[in-house]
Amino acid sequence: MVTDNHISVIEVYNLISDIPDPEIPVITIKDLGMLRKVDFADDNYVVTITPTYTACPAMKMIEDQIKERLHEHHIDNVKVNLTYTPAWTTDWLSEEAKQKMREYGIAPPTHSSCSKLFAVEEHIQCPQCKSKNSSVISKFGSTACKALYKCNDCKEVFDYFKCH
Amino acid sequence: MTKQEALYKYSIRLGDDALILGHRLSELCSRSPFIEEDLALTNISLDLIGRAQALLGFAAEIEGKGKDADFLAYRRPEIEYQNHLLNEQPNGDFAFTIARQFFVSAFEFLFYSELEKSKDANLAAIASKAIKEIKYHQQHAAEWVIRLGDGTEKSHAKMQHAIDELWMWTGELFEMDEVENLLIKEGIGVDLVPLKAAWYNQIQTILTEATLSMPEDGYMQTGGRKGVHTENLGHILSEMQYLQRAYPDATW
Repeated sequence: MVTDNHISVIEVYNLISDIPDPEIPVITIKDLGMLRKVDFADDNYVVTITPTYTACPAMKMIEDQIKERLHEHHIDNVKVNLTYTPAWTTDWLSEEAKQKMREYGIAPPTHSSCSKLFAVEEHIQCPQCKSKNSSVISKFGSTACKALYKCNDCKEVFDYFKCH
Repeated sequence: MTKQEALYKYSIRLGDDALILGHRLSELCSRSPFIEEDLALTNISLDLIGRAQALLGFAAEIEGKGKDADFLAYRRPEIEYQNHLLNEQPNGDFAFTIARQFFVSAFEFLFYSELEKSKDANLAAIASKAIKEIKYHQQHAAEWVIRLGDGTEKSHAKMQHAIDELWMWTGELFEMDEVENLLIKEGIGVDLVPLKAAWYNQIQTILTEATLSMPEDGYMQTGGRKGVHTENLGHILSEMQYLQRAYPDATW
């Protein structure tokens, strides 16, 4: 859509798509699937984002960063909408995003989000030495979206991005 | 009661359940037995407070009087809170915290799985988000029940004691009044009758694995949905609401 000042929603989307996730700065909000879409309604650009977890504390920061980024491009008629549906899933992570996560030292989610109740996620590959001989320390890690694992070979403790 | 009024009350109730238990767990921040457990309990707390924010925000929207989630959390007196009494019970020792978590998350898993099918799009969306988090909560609690129940003589005794002591607060989870009945007819609310048997079965399965025994059904305490609380809620609110009461509209 082309508006009065000739900035399309696609251009707006592209302007904000490389905003990094505050917790994992090597991947963007687009990589993560948190940035859902940009619309134009009632003279406003409406950016729709979805949280990874209901109480994701990064949402406010992301909203501020979107507004700030667009402000730098003289776009101030911006609204940021929070949606819970469709519920965010790790299935939306691109292969590229998973690779970036690995290089950053976080083991990416291994399989689809439709894991069974009481399923134990085993043999998570250590992002340091690549060994799959690992064990879970705690299913709740440093942020809501991560669990804590340790590598039994190189003994390194690492974060695992939980299937969700 | 109109559908609108029922939906408002329903959202308040679910929001209060999440907020009060979330606050209880937040009291354990830096006080859990060890650091990984500290992170686990406070992560669960955060999930619950996030859910409360969504549900109370939705309630405020339905009411349409310009309030928001914070207003409903910080400016309502005890009698207007409608959470289950189980959720306001004190943390006690670690076995108590786990037993409460075990009963509540098993219930929530069944409840939110159904609410996901609600004809109200907002409630369905919140439920589909919540259910993913509840799976982790339920697994966490069940694993501890098994580990402590099937552990040492002392941990077994403490776990059994906590299960027995908290049992009388579980009957209320399955109570329904005109709010539920109206919303069930509309395809919005969850019918709790079929949930009870499923919940009972799940609890029994885990308790058996944990070598613990199922408490005998006896007197069940009630009142939360009517705003009649135990003395515990007043203490929670006096702490949680202190700042907004002392300095209304304070921001930073």
